[in-house]
Amino acid sequence: MGEIDRLGAAPWEYAPAPESRELVRFRERYGLAIGGEMVDPRSGTWFTSVSPATEEPLAEVAQAGPEDVDAAVGAAREAFEDGWSTMRSAERAKVIFRIARILQERSRELAVAESLDGGKPIKESRDVDLPLAAAHFFYYAGWADKLEYAFPNRRPAPHGVAAQIIPWNFPLLMLAWKVAPALACGNAVVLKPAETTPLTALLFADVCRQAEVPPGVVNIVTGDGSTGAALVDHAGIDKVAFTGSTEVGKEIQRRLAGRGVPLTLELGGKAANIVFDDCALDQAVEGIVNGIWFNQGHVCCAGSRLLVQESIAEQLIGKLKRRMGTLRVGDPLDKNTDIGAINSRQQLERIRELVASGQEEGAEIFQPACALPERGFWYPPTVFTSVAQSYRIAQEEIFGPVLSVLTFRTPEEAVEKANNTAYGLSAGVWTEKGSRILWMAERLKAGVVWANTYNRFDPASPFGGYKESGFGREGGRHGLEAYLRFDGGRRG
Amino acid sequence: MTQSPALQGFALPLEPRLPRVGAVDAVALEARAAELAKRSIKRDSKLWALDLAVRMMDLTTLEGADTPGKVAALCAKAMRPDPVDRSIPAVAAVCVYPNLVPVARERLGDSGVKVASVATAFPAGQSSLPVKIADVETAVAAGAHEVDMVIDRGAFLSGRYAKVYDEIVAVKEACGPAHLKVILETGELGTYDNVRRASLLAIAAGADFVKTSTGKIAPAATLPVTLCMLEAIRDVHDATGRVVGMKPAGGIRTAKQAIQYLCVLSETLGPDWMTPDRFRFGASSLLNDVLLQIRKQRTGAYQNPDHFTID
Repeated sequence: MGEIDRLGAAPWEYAPAPESRELVRFRERYGLAIGGEMVDPRSGTWFTSVSPATEEPLAEVAQAGPEDVDAAVGAAREAFEDGWSTMRSAERAKVIFRIARILQERSRELAVAESLDGGKPIKESRDVDLPLAAAHFFYYAGWADKLEYAFPNRRPAPHGVAAQIIPWNFPLLMLAWKVAPALACGNAVVLKPAETTPLTALLFADVCRQAEVPPGVVNIVTGDGSTGAALVDHAGIDKVAFTGSTEVGKEIQRRLAGRGVPLTLELGGKAANIVFDDCALDQAVEGIVNGIWFNQGHVCCAGSRLLVQESIAEQLIGKLKRRMGTLRVGDPLDKNTDIGAINSRQQLERIRELVASGQEEGAEIFQPACALPERGFWYPPTVFTSVAQSYRIAQEEIFGPVLSVLTFRTPEEAVEKANNTAYGLSAGVWTEKGSRILWMAERLKAGVVWANTYNRFDPASPFGGYKESGFGREGGRHGLEAYLRFDGGRRG
Repeated sequence: MTQSPALQGFALPLEPRLPRVGAVDAVALEARAAELAKRSIKRDSKLWALDLAVRMMDLTTLEGADTPGKVAALCAKAMRPDPVDRSIPAVAAVCVYPNLVPVARERLGDSGVKVASVATAFPAGQSSLPVKIADVETAVAAGAHEVDMVIDRGAFLSGRYAKVYDEIVAVKEACGPAHLKVILETGELGTYDNVRRASLLAIAAGADFVKTSTGKIAPAATLPVTLCMLEAIRDVHDATGRVVGMKPAGGIRTAKQAIQYLCVLSETLGPDWMTPDRFRFGASSLLNDVLLQIRKQRTGAYQNPDHFTID
C-alpha cells in the first residue's frame, strides 16, 4: 500500500472492483437445444458471439436454418401432445418452480454471463435482470394450477407450440417474460434469442435440464433474422410472441396475416418523462438518470424524451449535467460501473448516426468528460437540449444513452407533446401532487405510466404498448391471456 | 472556514438567491442511498477512505457517568488512536458536555484536536432561551472550539419555525468565534420533507454545520437522512456559494458504514467536501473498527479486537 495522500480535495478514485469472470465457463461451441438435447445444426453453420466490451470471442453458436427450426417445432409439438399439455397442472407448476429456484441458485454465474455477452453492468444483471427473471418464473408457477380461477367459465386451454423471439437488451429477462407464462399455460415453446446475445438462453437450456423440464417443452434455436423468419413462417406454430423493433414487428405481422396464428408484439418506444415544477427535484434527477441510462438506454420503455416544465428547466438541467459527471462508464464486470458497453457495433453506428442528425438539426449536445475504453463498443451518456419536437432525435427511437430535452408550460401542453409520437409504450410523471398524477395518467397514451419513479418492473404488473409500440400484455394475470385460447379446447 | 454573513429570514420561496424548500420523495431518496451503499471500495481507495474517516471523527462521550478520567482517556485516544501505528492520524475533535470542556482542553493542549461541546439543554432542548444561551456561553468560555446545539423540535413540529430560527440566530451570536453545529434530531422529525425544511432553516439562521442526531434517539443517523441533508447543503451552495458542513451522528459503528457515508458524500458534493472541515462523523465506537480494518488492509489479517484500546 502506498503512502496516503492527505492533501485533501483530491478526487477519490474507486479502485477496480471486478466480479470474477471465472463464475462462468462457456463451452467453445453451443449447438441447438432441441428435444432436450444439445444438437449440432443441420445447417452446418456457426457464428461467434463476442463480448461487446472487449470484442473478444466468447463462444461459437449454431446458426439454425429452416430444417433446424422444423426439428425444434416438431420436438415442441411432440412434447406438447405427449404429456405436457395433459400433465396435472400442479405438477407443471412444480417444474416451473424448480426453474425459478435454479435461476436463483445459479444467479451469480448467469449474471456474469449476461454482462459478458451483452455488455450491461454487473450491478444491473445481478440486482435487476436475474432477480426479476426468477421472480417471473415464481409468479407464473403460482398461476399454473389456477387458470380456471383466472378466467372463470371461459375454459382456458393452451395454444400448443409458442414461437417466441426476443431482443438483446435483457436476454434472460425477456426469455423469462416469454417462457414463464407460456409454460404455466401448458404450451411448449421454441425460443429464438437475439443474434448478439444467445449465451444465457443456451445456459437456460441447461437450467431446464436440471429442473427436469420434459424434453422438447423448451427448445432454443439460435441465429440471425433468417432463423426468426423461418420460425414465424413455420406451419406448425400456434402462437407468436415477439419483442423487438417496430420494423421487424410489422414484418412479422405481415407474414402472419390470414394464418389465424395469434400474435403479441412488444415493440419500440419514445417515452416522455414529464417533470413538473413542484416535484422533488433531486429525486426526479435520479429518475431521469434511471430512465435513460439504465442498461445504456437499451430499453424499449426508456424515458428518452425529457419534458420539463420551463420554470425549472435551467435548474433541473444543471443538476442533471452535474449528476452525469458522476456516472461511471466502463468494464461491465466492475461492480461500480453504472454504464456498460453498447451491445453491438451495428447499434453503436445507429446511435452515432442519430446523434449526428441531432447536431445537424441544431440541438445543443452535452457529454460529460469520460474516458472510454479503446476496444469494444462504447458511447458516453449524452443530453440534447434545445430540441424541437420535429427533430429526428425527438421522434425516432435511439435505443442508446441519449436523452432529448424539451420544455412545456402547462399540463395540457405536456400531455399534447408526450402523446405526439408514433409510439405509446410508457411515460413518467414527476409531481408532488397526487391529483395531477391521476389527471396525467388518464390522458397519456402509454401502456405504462410511472409516477415519481421509472423503469420499475414486477411480474404481477402487466406491461405493453399502445399504437406502434405493439399490442398484448406481458406480466400479471393479463400476461396469461396471450398463451391461452378460450374456445373450449377445440382448435379453430 | 470563513462564512458569508448568515442569510436572513425563512421566506425562502420568494427570495431568488435561496433555494426553494421543495419536496423530498422518500422512496426515491432511499433507493438512491441504497444504490450508493452498494459501491464496492477496495485496496488503496479503501485505505484512503478509512484514513479520512479517522480524521473526520468527532470522538464522543455524552453520558451522565462521564468523569474527568473518562474524558482524559478519550483525549489520549483522540490524539493517538493507535499507539503502535504512528501513521494513524489524530481524530478531528472530542465531543463532551460543557462542564468537561476544561478537562478536554487541558488534555488535548496544542495537539490540533478540537474540543466540541454540546449545549442548549442537550439533548431535549426543552428549556428557556436564556438557559440555552448560558449553556453555550459556559462552553465557549471554557474553551470549546465548536458548539453542537439542538433545535427546539417541539417548536418545529408545531409549526413555530420563527422560534426555531430566532433561537439558532441567538445561539450563533453567543458562539462568537466557535463553530456552530445545529442538531436537527432527525429521528424526531418524522419525514424527509421536515428534515430538508429544518436543514434549510438552520442554514439560513447561520449554522456552520448541520448534524443529524444527538445519539439519544433512535433512529439516529441514516444514509438517506444524510443524503437528504447533503442535497440541502448542495442547493444552498449552488444558490449562494455558501459552504455548510455535515455531521451524521449516532448509529455509525462500522468501517463499512463509514465508507458508505463517504460514497454518498463524494457522489453528492464531490471532492471539495471530502475534508474534516466540511464533514464529520459523530461516533463513540466507530474508531476501533476503522483501526481494525486499516490494519487488516495493511497486513492482510484481522487482529484480535483486544489489540485496540477501549477508552
